[in-house]
Amino acid sequence: MIAHAIFFYVFSIIAVISAIMVTVSKNTVHSVFFLILDFISISCLFIMVGAEFLGMIMLIVYVGAVAVLFLFVVMMLNVAQQKNQWFISEENSGHIPVGLLISAIIFFELIIVIGGWKYKPDLFETTNLITNEISNTHSLGQVLYTDYIHIFQISGMILLIAMIGAIVLTFRQREGVKKQSYLKQISRERSEGVEVLEVASNKGVKIDD
Amino acid sequence: MEYLNIIFQEVYKILFLLVPVLVTVAMIVWLDRRVWAFVQKRQGPNVVGPFGLLQSLADALKYIFKEVIIPASSNKIIFILAPIITMTLALIAWAVIPFSEDQVLANINVGILYIFAVSSLGVYGIIMGGWASNSKYPFLGAIRSAAQMVSYEVSIGIIIINVLLCVGSLNLNDIVIAQKNMWFVIPLFPMFVVFFISALAETNRPPFDLPEAEAELVAGYQTEYSGMMYAMFWLGEYANILLMCALGSILFLGGWLSPIDLYPFNMVPGAIWLIFKILLLFILFALVKAIVPRYRYDQLMRLGWKIFLPLSLTYVVLTASYLFYFNLLPTT
Repeated sequence: MIAHAIFFYVFSIIAVISAIMVTVSKNTVHSVFFLILDFISISCLFIMVGAEFLGMIMLIVYVGAVAVLFLFVVMMLNVAQQKNQWFISEENSGHIPVGLLISAIIFFELIIVIGGWKYKPDLFETTNLITNEISNTHSLGQVLYTDYIHIFQISGMILLIAMIGAIVLTFRQREGVKKQSYLKQISRERSEGVEVLEVASNKGVKIDD
Repeated sequence: MEYLNIIFQEVYKILFLLVPVLVTVAMIVWLDRRVWAFVQKRQGPNVVGPFGLLQSLADALKYIFKEVIIPASSNKIIFILAPIITMTLALIAWAVIPFSEDQVLANINVGILYIFAVSSLGVYGIIMGGWASNSKYPFLGAIRSAAQMVSYEVSIGIIIINVLLCVGSLNLNDIVIAQKNMWFVIPLFPMFVVFFISALAETNRPPFDLPEAEAELVAGYQTEYSGMMYAMFWLGEYANILLMCALGSILFLGGWLSPIDLYPFNMVPGAIWLIFKILLLFILFALVKAIVPRYRYDQLMRLGWKIFLPLSLTYVVLTASYLFYFNLLPTT
C-alpha cells in the first residue's frame, strides 16, 4: 500500500507540475512536450486505479495521435515572429481582451462544476475499479454497447460530422496545379517514351514537347 | 527488506530479458547486412570474428569512443533526450512479449494495447531529434516520419482489431493460445500481408525509409547526431524492428506455439519457436530492403490511407460478420 501511495503522489505531482509548465513555459514546443508528459502521467494514474483500458487508450489516442498533430502545427509556426505580433505591437493587441473574456468564462464554469461536486460516500472504501470476475475492458464493453449504445453511436456520429466538416472547410480544388496521376504513370509504355531518331551529323534534332 | 527482495528479483528478471534482447539486436544488424549483401552478390561484413559475427561489437566500440557533438544552436535538453526516448521505448515494449505460457515479464490484461501505445510513442524520439537539431534536413525528415508513422499506425490498429475479434481478449498469451488449432495467418492472410508492409513503414525500413532518405535528406533526423547518441538511435530502430517481428509472429504465426503439435516438436521450448519465427520475419524484412526500391512520398501516403485503411476496415467487417453468422464469436 505504501508503494501504491508513493507512485500515486509521484504521478500526480508530475501531472500537476507539467500542467502548470504547459501554460508557463515560453517556448511553444516545450509546452506541447509538457502536455505530453501530463497525458502520460494521467494515463499512469488511470492504470493505477485499475482502469487499464482507459489508460492505454489515453496513451494511444492523445499522446500517439493528437499530441503529434499539435506538435506538427506548433513546429510549423514561426513562434518568435508571432510573439512580437501578439505582445509587442500595438495594432494587434485586440486579441488579449477576447482571450481574457474566454478564460474568465472557463474559470467561472469550472467554479460552477466544482461547486456542484458531491463526494460519493462509499468511494473511499473501494480502492480501485476492478471487479473480481471480469476485466476492466470487458465491463467497459458490456456497459458501453448495451445501456449506453445510443449515446455511444451519437458521439461517433458527432466525431464523423466534425471530421467531414473540417475536410469540407479546408478542401479546395486549386486550378493549374500539376498533379501526379498514378494510372497515367503506370500505364506508360516504351513506345510512348522512347523514339529512335536518325540524326544527321552536325544538324541536331528538333523535339517538340 | 521484503521490498528490497522483490525489487532485486524484478531487476534480475528484467536483466534476463534485456541483455538477450540487446545482444540479439547487435546480431540482427549483422544478419541484416549479411542478407542484404548476399542478395546483391557481395560478401558483407565477414572480417571481424567468425563469419564477421563480431562486426556489431566492433561498430559499437567505435561509436563509444567517438566524440559526441552537440550543435551550438540546438535545443540541448531535447537533443539529448531524443535518442534516450527512442531506445527506452523500443526496450520497454518487450516487457509484455510472452516467450512461453509462463515466461513473460508482465502478463497484463491489455498487453496488445500496451505494445500499440508504446510503438505509437516511438514517433516522439524522431520528432524531438529532428526539431531539436535546429537544422533543415533533420526537421524535414522528422516531419515526414511523423506523418508516415501516424498514418500507418491507423492501419496497424485496425489489423489488430481483426485479430482481437477472433480472440476476444487483449492479453498476448490469450492471443497465442487462441491459435492452437489454426494460426491466424491462414484465415487472415491478406491482413498478414498488410501488417507486414505497415510494419515496414512503421519502423522506417526500406522501401519506406523516407525519414532518412539519404539521397534527399542526408540522413534525416539523425544528421546532427554522432557517437553514442547516433548508436542509440540505431539500436532503438533495430529493437523496434525486432519488436514488430515479435508482434507479427504473436498475432499471426502462433507466438510460442510449435508449428505441429506432435512429439518432437512440442518438446522444444516455446521461446525457441518464438525466436525462430521472429528471425524468419526479420529475414523477410532484410530481403525486402535488398530487393525493393524506395517509395515516393505521395505514393507512400496513398498506399497507407487509400489502400490499406479501406482494405483493413473492409476485412474487419468481413471477419465480424463471418464470426457472427457462424456463431463463432469468442465468449468470455
